[in-house]
Amino acid sequence: MLNRAVPPVIEVRDLTKKYGDKTVVDHLTFTVQPGAVTGFLGPNGAGKSTTMRLIVGLDRPSSGSATIGGNAYAELSQPLRVVGALLDASAVHPGRSAYNHLWYLAQTQGLPRQRVDEVLDLVGLRDVARKRAGSFSLGMGQRLGIAVALLGDPQVLILDEPVNGLDPDGILWIRNLVRQLASEGRTVFVSSHLMSEMAMTAESLIVIGRGRLIAACSTDEFIEQGSKRSVLVKSPDAPALRDLIASAGGEVTAGEDDAIIVRLLDAPQIGALAATAGLVLHELTPQLASLEDAYMEQTHNSMDFSGHDGHGANTP
Amino acid sequence: MTSVVATNPIPTPPIDRHKIGIAGLLRSEWTKIRSVRSTVWALLILVVLALGFTTLITALISAQWDKTDISQQREILADPTRTILGAGFQFSQLAVCVLGVLVIANEYSSGTIRASLLAVPRRTPILAAKALVFAALVFVVGELAAFPSFFIGAAILHKHAAVSLGDPGVLRAVIGAGLYLSVLGVFAIAIGALVRHAAGGITGIIGFVLVLAPLAQLLPGSAGKHVHAYLPSEAGSLIASPRQAADDLLSPWQGFGVFCLWTAALMLVAMYALKHRDA
Repeated sequence: MLNRAVPPVIEVRDLTKKYGDKTVVDHLTFTVQPGAVTGFLGPNGAGKSTTMRLIVGLDRPSSGSATIGGNAYAELSQPLRVVGALLDASAVHPGRSAYNHLWYLAQTQGLPRQRVDEVLDLVGLRDVARKRAGSFSLGMGQRLGIAVALLGDPQVLILDEPVNGLDPDGILWIRNLVRQLASEGRTVFVSSHLMSEMAMTAESLIVIGRGRLIAACSTDEFIEQGSKRSVLVKSPDAPALRDLIASAGGEVTAGEDDAIIVRLLDAPQIGALAATAGLVLHELTPQLASLEDAYMEQTHNSMDFSGHDGHGANTP
Repeated sequence: MTSVVATNPIPTPPIDRHKIGIAGLLRSEWTKIRSVRSTVWALLILVVLALGFTTLITALISAQWDKTDISQQREILADPTRTILGAGFQFSQLAVCVLGVLVIANEYSSGTIRASLLAVPRRTPILAAKALVFAALVFVVGELAAFPSFFIGAAILHKHAAVSLGDPGVLRAVIGAGLYLSVLGVFAIAIGALVRHAAGGITGIIGFVLVLAPLAQLLPGSAGKHVHAYLPSEAGSLIASPRQAADDLLSPWQGFGVFCLWTAALMLVAMYALKHRDA
């Protein structure tokens, strides 16, 4: 049992997982703090699910460690009361009812039957609780997975792609639920490949690509970092300005008529260049990227197949 | 469904560690087994078919008695219990093998094993509890098949080869039939846990139980005889015979002991693998 006095922090240290020659998780180090939703972001195949499986001890790390409130998951005597995990929503015997799936898990933790009814109500599956789980839709399976995660009223929640397969109502429900769980002081660690989803719910981000850490910071900082180097400049003297910026080490990445996008130089530098050369500026705007842009900016080197647009395209 | 619901309604109940430990796990495995309808049906059908086969075979023996050659008559007369129990036995052991493998392999194919391992990260207690619960269930079902089989068979054969439960070794043999099936169930679970795949596991155990024995008999000389005698199913099923036949190398209890050793060894390997493999 986790000591409630110890903050339920997820701590990942130098975690590495290799399958044969392939390194799926590559020396990852990060912490996930309680009281906030922490997004776990990365392209498909970046190693998010494997990292989560390592944290809860389903896979054994090749090296490094992961602890929850200072304990390895395997050391917890009633782990479902400490950590709730949604890793694979379809992990239910198709012939077993949702009720019995929850009930057998509750029995391993000494939880009362009443708690099974409570979580069934909570996720809106009470009416179908006695039906075979094999007849469930993807969304219902996802709700059952959430019910399993919440069963032991845990302080730590680890949710792998929880909005997968949910309809818009369900997505909204997950968003609110996840925020509320964090506001109650719980540690909430949610993975997604959907930037927009993370922008909406996560206060902090752990971003990985090819198993490596790309960023661990607040969502605002991440957007800030990703947009630092891009400035929109409008000038009637755009052609002259282009040359000037290029010679100063800037990169003009887009330009149409009198508008250009400048990277590698910030707005004050561009303003100073223009002033020195006596060029007129109509507009000088640092581009506040969306989370999606920031993410693209920072991960495009780390995707297994650059140009493969598997992420963001299916934003709801 | 857009309502946000309070998620901390349980005043976390006091934890009784003893209650949760092995007892909670056993209850949990019992819930798992009884909540899959196909398992329940398969066990019911096992009983019905075992009784049906016993009736059929003993009735045929009885009807053909006068046309049966003397040596075969002698064999039956020497040990009618073996004949009676043997009829339903072949079928029952096949059913137990398949069910035992499925009980664990289905957890892998459905992914339930991950939910189970998250609840019990020490892992091996799950396999131990599952084996215990399944063994107990198969024992009960096995006796539900063995006793009526014996009474039906004995009644049908009565006029040719009389046998009663009070004869030496008979009661132990009838109880032994359930014991053998029970340990066979554990053997099957161990194989299922190692192979983690229904088709592969079933092939594996059927190879062990039904194919190896006739193959070993093809081995020449006493080596073949010894290998054959110590095979798990051959040694284990001796417990369902009232006495050691002339050509049996092992006594019933010795045979059963050999079978239990096989099962324990296989279970240890399965537990080691469960503990150390990625789930």
